[in-house]
Amino acid sequence: MDFQVVVLAGGNSKKLVPLVSKEVPKALLPVANRPVLSYVLEQLEASNLKDVIVVVEGQESALLVGPWISSAYVDRLHVEVAAVPEDVGTAGALRAIAPHLTAKDILVVSGDLVSDVPIGAVAAAHRRNDAVLTAMLCSSPVSGPSDSGSSSGKDKTKKSGHYNIIGLDPSKQFLLYIAAGADVEKDTRIQKSILRSVGQMEIRSDLMDAHMYAFKRSVLQQVLDRKDMFLSLKQDVLPYLVRSQLKSEILLNGATQAEESGNEKANSQKNHVLLSEILANASLPSFHELALGPYGSGHVRRTHKCCVYIASGSKYCARLNSIQAFMDINRDVIGEANRLSGYSLSAHNNIIHPSAELGSKTTVGPHCMLGEGSQMGDKCSVKRSVIGRHCRIGSNVKVVNSVVMNHVTIGDGCSVQGSVICSNGQLQERAILRDCQVGAGFVVTAGSEYKGESLARKEK
Amino acid sequence: METSRGARAVPKVRQVGFFTPNPPTPTRTQSVPPESTSPPISDSPAVMIVPPRHLSDNLSLRTAAVPVPESAVRRPTRADHVALVGSYNPSESLFGSSSPPAFSPVSRIGDGEFSEEASSAGLCRRSNSAKFASSLPSRGFDVTAVRRSDNFAAKAGREQIKQAKGTEKSVNAVAGQQYEPLSSSKPLKAKTTKAERRALQESQRAAKAAALGEGNKSATVSGSAVAGVPVRQPSQKKDGDSHNHPVAPSIATPEKKGGDRPIEKERKKDAPPPRMQFDDKNRVEKAKRRSVVNPTEVRNRVELFQHLPQYEHGTLLPDLESKFFQLDPVHPAVYKVGLRYLAGDIIGGNARCIAMLQAFQEVIKDYSAPPQKTLVRDLTAKINSYASFLIECRPQSISMGNAIRFLKSRIHNLPLTLSESEAKATLLSDVDRFINEKIVIADKVIVRHAATKIRDGDVLLTYGSSCVVEMILLYAHELGKQFRVVVVDSRPKLEGRALLRRLVARDLCCTYTHINAISYIMHDVTRVFLGASSVLSNGTVYSRVGTACVAMVANAFHVPVLICCEAYKFHERVQLDSICSNELGDPDVIAKVPGRLDVNYLDNWTANENLQLLNLMYDATPSDYISMIVTDYGMIPPTSVPVIVREYRREHLLI
Repeated sequence: MDFQVVVLAGGNSKKLVPLVSKEVPKALLPVANRPVLSYVLEQLEASNLKDVIVVVEGQESALLVGPWISSAYVDRLHVEVAAVPEDVGTAGALRAIAPHLTAKDILVVSGDLVSDVPIGAVAAAHRRNDAVLTAMLCSSPVSGPSDSGSSSGKDKTKKSGHYNIIGLDPSKQFLLYIAAGADVEKDTRIQKSILRSVGQMEIRSDLMDAHMYAFKRSVLQQVLDRKDMFLSLKQDVLPYLVRSQLKSEILLNGATQAEESGNEKANSQKNHVLLSEILANASLPSFHELALGPYGSGHVRRTHKCCVYIASGSKYCARLNSIQAFMDINRDVIGEANRLSGYSLSAHNNIIHPSAELGSKTTVGPHCMLGEGSQMGDKCSVKRSVIGRHCRIGSNVKVVNSVVMNHVTIGDGCSVQGSVICSNGQLQERAILRDCQVGAGFVVTAGSEYKGESLARKEK
Repeated sequence: METSRGARAVPKVRQVGFFTPNPPTPTRTQSVPPESTSPPISDSPAVMIVPPRHLSDNLSLRTAAVPVPESAVRRPTRADHVALVGSYNPSESLFGSSSPPAFSPVSRIGDGEFSEEASSAGLCRRSNSAKFASSLPSRGFDVTAVRRSDNFAAKAGREQIKQAKGTEKSVNAVAGQQYEPLSSSKPLKAKTTKAERRALQESQRAAKAAALGEGNKSATVSGSAVAGVPVRQPSQKKDGDSHNHPVAPSIATPEKKGGDRPIEKERKKDAPPPRMQFDDKNRVEKAKRRSVVNPTEVRNRVELFQHLPQYEHGTLLPDLESKFFQLDPVHPAVYKVGLRYLAGDIIGGNARCIAMLQAFQEVIKDYSAPPQKTLVRDLTAKINSYASFLIECRPQSISMGNAIRFLKSRIHNLPLTLSESEAKATLLSDVDRFINEKIVIADKVIVRHAATKIRDGDVLLTYGSSCVVEMILLYAHELGKQFRVVVVDSRPKLEGRALLRRLVARDLCCTYTHINAISYIMHDVTRVFLGASSVLSNGTVYSRVGTACVAMVANAFHVPVLICCEAYKFHERVQLDSICSNELGDPDVIAKVPGRLDVNYLDNWTANENLQLLNLMYDATPSDYISMIVTDYGMIPPTSVPVIVREYRREHLLI
């Protein structure tokens, strides 16, 4: 279908410290014991998109991501891993790999997207409208553990900067305005020309930009070439294209037009105009054509279309871009959105690897996952948590709403609530953690009690 | 054998057009088991004697000997014979195993559907056999049969009164014994649905034809087959169904087929392929398996239009969209056009045709014949598959059909000596020429012709949005003619608004109204200009629904109706109504009024079984209401359409 896929896998996000480290780049963070990047890649594979360019920030991260991809998808996908320097931004990353882009349209997907929205639908909407840009929007997820009402309310107020403000036309097909909620402090400016030609604009803040975009390649490359200040797709390129859609500065098909006038007679040119007029009259005019005015008077204004694809509410769509999101996604993937993980639930609605060992009187509740080779002592209780591979958990341990990665040792009598314990972490006896993040290899001393802290080893 | 009979006796009646909403099948089938469970009455011996007669019978005689019982004769006897129906069932099992040939009523009872009529028919044949005998062509044989059946009739009557006495008693006892297994098997059989039985019938017919075609090898087999089939004749004849041939012709058919196959093939080529009838479940299932777009059918469909495809419009587009990358065989350009058809982005015969042809041009540009395949064959197959994809997205318009036919004939007629690039260039220029000559230039010619019919002071009425009519109006305005335009529109598409917007932008004086007001506005109108989706060879104009109404009102007001239609949209088909071929739109759009959320009376209409919504897309305007058709070959009366179709068809295909 002439689409090329670019997965922006990111590097070491500052937002996710201490979860990410030099050993674990963002793309390899485990979601239900699978790297988060695998969700995107598998979604692409299911959509029959086998040629993928994965862009990783930082050489070191690329050296980690590359071998993992090649081992996991050796026969299934044709993946090229490209490393770009850190801090070039998403636009910079695309600029760096621009020579590799050849297809008519480019699909840019963020590597931290966990969703089951059909990618084809975005591409189809893009093609159908002949758009320059199509962005996928989904309803913003309710963050925070859903069972504790008070904390979710608190989270919402805390996360107020994460929503987007999105302006749509009445048919909900075209993107008229986009801004990150954080950028809009008190007021914002909407262009009069767009508003006038559309007539009605719907401004919504309940939609989230899923960071899945379809671009027309020629346009994307023109924008990237001309505006070398642009760093981020979302903050620079997207608003620019949306802003300029009625007075487009990019050449859409200038080359073909020149060619036609060169070797065809004026008569056939006239017929061509007539033909396109018939076609244009047949379809309902979008506001772009209306803005031009009927039978554009001499001066031709160029327009381009920015479309949106709004995922239906039944689909799961989330981005792993914060620690809270990391926990939410882990919880959802083994819970309500378990179709994403590909694991089949047991009769108790949980996933326990056959090689995992449970002590006597140990209970593993629904929506839990216990990885391969993990051992649990007696009288433990696990609720709504993911426990990775080869963990050793002592007796009388409570793990609630938490993510425990691989090779973690938890001593007897510990209590872990709402926390993330990274690989090789160690909790000595009777440690109590609540809403904490324990970095890789960190040792929590016996009997200590932490609440809402980020614990990591000091960088040497 | 029983099953074969049951299946066989169902006549294949394709119901198209007017028929009763509830086919009698379900009620009838259910009516059988109670009958069969009724205690066996003693007239089974009557059946017992009969088989020998049938065995000795000759097939041709039998078929001839089947009279169509007059209903008047049958009626009076029916009432008392209904009681007998049950009594035949045990006998059926009694003799079904011992003597393969079964007596006609028995076999007919075996089939659930026609049991009632069948049994009564069979019975009346016996009781009134004297009457029939006179009407029989081959009397020599049938006299004996009649005599025998007279006996049966007498016996039956007697036994009915006596309720099983004497020798019959023993039989009855046997019947009673045999009754047990039967009663268990009978309801089972009755439960089989019509579709199942039909499928069974098909398979058995095939098997039988094969067996018989081999030449009657074993006497027993052929005997049973021969006896089994004619027995069914009365019931089938009675149903007035012509295509239930007796076995003799069906035996003959295999040889016959071999003989006139080439002729048939040629005929097939000439005739357009039969349209899919969407009330035929088997075919729909088959088509579904093939299709790319997964349609779910709308639940409450209007009875009269069940033969037309109607799908849930809501689910179609997302489904197709999500399969974007899975559909590798479909060319992106074709896919895009299909999506836009489905989403309703492209409407109108010309626009759809142009969009399709331009997509095919892209296909041809990107095409290269795979090794060991010739371009002519492979490209034709490709175009075919793309065309069927587009038709799945939206039923094809006649303009599209003609254009596809043109393209395929061009591919077919390519000289074999051409290289691939030359062939592609030829095809591309051919398609370009088609678009130019048949659409663009044709439109110009039509505009010139039609403009001569516009005089100063005219009030012109048009309906919906036709691109040719729009061009005519604009051209006449450019010529400086002084006229006024009435744009008539209708829900749900409101296509006239777009036309109105463009006309007003060019400073034409317009009036806009809905079709409800047509009879009021028609007083002022001096000419009606209408577009058409197609003009059929009997002069019928097939166009956007509502056109017929406008034309009829105009005719009643003695206002001339001019149809503007390019000749490439003409079709040799003849259509008398807008039922047998039409397109059904999304019923939801007529249920919902945009911008009026308070008008929600039809929300959840699918939940109500008694409510069916009909959103027809086209209608047929009889030629009586049309004064003139303006085409690129000039202005012609509707009666001249077949001439154009006939004379220019060849030229049209060749250009």
